[in-house]
Amino acid sequence: MSPEPFLGDAQHSPVRHHILSVLVENKAGVLARVAGLFARRGFNIYSLAVAPAESHERFSRITIVVDAETAPLEQVFGQLHKLVNVVEISDIAPDDAVERELLLATIPTDVENRTSLLDVIGAANASIVDVDAHHVTVMLAATPAGCDALERALEVHPGVELHRTGRVAVPRLGVPTHEPMRSR
Amino acid sequence: MEITGAQALIKSLEREGVEVVFGLPGGAILPVYDPILDSPIRHILVRHEQGAGHMAEGYALATGRPGVAMVTSGPGATNIVTPIANAHMDSTPLVVVTGQVARAAIGTDAFQECDITGITMGITKHNFLVSSASEIPRAIAAAFHIATTGRPGPVLVDLPKDVAQSTMEWWYPAGVEELDLPGYRPLAGLDEAELERAAALLAASERPVLYVGGGVLKARAHEQLRAFAERTRIPVVTTLMARGAFPDSHELALGMPGMHGTYAAVTALQRADLLLAVGTRFDDRVTGRVSAFAPSAKVIHVDIDAAEINKIRRVEVALRADAAGALGALEEMGATPANLDVWWKEIRTWQESYPLTYDPPAEAGPLRPQQVIETIQAASPEGTVVAAGVGQHQMWASQFWRFEEPGTWVNSGGAGTMGFGVPAAIGAKVGRPERTVWCIDGDGCFQMTAQELTTARAEGIPIKVAILNNAYLGMVRQWQEMFYEERYSEVYLNADLPDYVKWAEAMGCVGLRARTPAEMRAVVEEANAINDVPVVVDFRTDTSEKVFPMVAAGASNDDIMVHPSQRGRA
Ligand SMILES: Cc1ncc(C[n+]2csc(CCOP(=O)(O)OP(=O)(O)O)c2C)c(N)n1
Ligand SMILES: [Mg+2]
Repeated sequence: MSPEPFLGDAQHSPVRHHILSVLVENKAGVLARVAGLFARRGFNIYSLAVAPAESHERFSRITIVVDAETAPLEQVFGQLHKLVNVVEISDIAPDDAVERELLLATIPTDVENRTSLLDVIGAANASIVDVDAHHVTVMLAATPAGCDALERALEVHPGVELHRTGRVAVPRLGVPTHEPMRSR
Repeated sequence: MEITGAQALIKSLEREGVEVVFGLPGGAILPVYDPILDSPIRHILVRHEQGAGHMAEGYALATGRPGVAMVTSGPGATNIVTPIANAHMDSTPLVVVTGQVARAAIGTDAFQECDITGITMGITKHNFLVSSASEIPRAIAAAFHIATTGRPGPVLVDLPKDVAQSTMEWWYPAGVEELDLPGYRPLAGLDEAELERAAALLAASERPVLYVGGGVLKARAHEQLRAFAERTRIPVVTTLMARGAFPDSHELALGMPGMHGTYAAVTALQRADLLLAVGTRFDDRVTGRVSAFAPSAKVIHVDIDAAEINKIRRVEVALRADAAGALGALEEMGATPANLDVWWKEIRTWQESYPLTYDPPAEAGPLRPQQVIETIQAASPEGTVVAAGVGQHQMWASQFWRFEEPGTWVNSGGAGTMGFGVPAAIGAKVGRPERTVWCIDGDGCFQMTAQELTTARAEGIPIKVAILNNAYLGMVRQWQEMFYEERYSEVYLNADLPDYVKWAEAMGCVGLRARTPAEMRAVVEEANAINDVPVVVDFRTDTSEKVFPMVAAGASNDDIMVHPSQRGRA
């Protein structure tokens, strides 16, 4: 196991978030169905990541972080299950999740900021993945809190361009989880 | 056997047992209209696609079988959006086939292209864009399976023109397993522990009410309901969507709850200590202000749709099941409340003090709309099917018609779609030709979809339409009178414009008119004696008549306003 980055694994953002891992049929429009449902019912999506799942051809996995304040979980589950293309939903409590997110940032560099920037990158366990005479591009795969911390540290640099993927999550090993709710 | 996609579509509909399709052709659906000529399926050519959708709904509500509509792409498809939304709200099983531009043209803003699967995503139970001819059978079989199982609803199948024109080797899915729906498992099982808890709540209850919704009709659970109610003697309220699920003539029936419900039904819910809510969804028109609804009641909620449970009202016991299964299981357990004599005594005083009522009309008219409805029922055969538009006339129809059996009330509940009545009545008559079908319509509603009477005449569908002509968008007028200081804004329609009798005649129907109670009785007899063509009767009703009881929007059901003649009673 690689060491956790210094920027912390334990803290979660203060808003009550819930992570839903939704297995869907890999069909045209399925993301629009899921996103449309959230919009229609007034459930706020904090982040959303989607990619082909285990058996690539047929299924995709959508990881949705919802704001549990706007979205009563039982309602979110119930309404999501009614989408015919939704096959399975697992609800992962943030405390029981191994969560990772990818951050890519391009930062303008000059003689003045280079040293401090390199310090931050090193401390965050981030890596430099691209560079030219006036920029570096930095990558970090870390917990959302880790990415938050790096984002705050990088924001002080004028002209930074920063992208995050939204998190993906799996249940922590050894923690008993809910059976994934099969679509009914 | 090699056939075209269009032929495969028609063959698939035949395989699903479809006897009638309501529709109107156009460019993108043209290929499908050719093999229809050779099919035993009856096609009814509507005059507006909205008519096709509501006819399919009326057919489904009257027969319990899925309604089928077929339209072309673009404007044909958008014209049927309202009925799809309506069916979605009322959980009516519908299969709608829309033509689509050829696959290669999709996304190019081609002539009559529109993204109908996108538009209807939020108002269908599911929809499909069929991408090859060989997929058609599975798409149609899946559409019927989804539309009719679990909580029913509308399913749309979008068929590109070139898919209809290309060929395929005929096959048909042998069963549900071949439908390839890994995310759709509508069958629910009863949870024994929850059943035990329900029985315990029932046993502890002294003031229970059976709060019955449209799910009881969808599940054909009326017999189980009746058996259960008769043994337990629990009073029954039937929502707007459930009229006919329990006989109004039954001594246990309290009528309709909600905004315009009977005093006894509304008040019984408010005072109840236990609601057995079956196939119903705590709609705001029933609950009034939710925080003040049935404040001392525990709730047992039976619903096939798990998402309805705890959506509006937190419940004590959830039975995620079909109404017939749940009521049957409760009956088998012999779940019984305490002696209900005290409760019934209280309810009887409410019924006696505040029955549904209206002031009798003057001999010279105008007519009382409630009396028109009672007169029609008295003069019509038992089992007459009633369709309604949306507005005051709909509420009076629901209040004053005595419903005795399922499938006799065809109305637009959740969406409240004006113009539903005439086409829905036509669809109901097509599904149950042996029944007399009356549409109780408003003058405003009638003007929205009256053109379908041309369809009815052309296709030989002899429905009867009673226009309760109050010269107003009456329901809106009522709100303006009561809540906007009689400032009437854009609600006057004019009783003489159009001339409904001439309009009916122009469409090949018989047109009649009644202004006085005497004329009313004569004209109802006359209308009932005509069985070959549609009849339209223009009943001139009192403009100022209002629907009572009434709970103002957002108010507590405790603040129910009774008929003026009953105010001040104990
Ligand atoms: C399509 C549509 N537009 C507007 C409304 C709002 N609305 C509800 S009832 C009503 C008046 C209906 O008038 P009418 O058909 O004459 O019936 P009445 O209330 O007079 O019996 C209106 C405008 C609606 N329900 N549906
Ligand atoms: Mg009117």
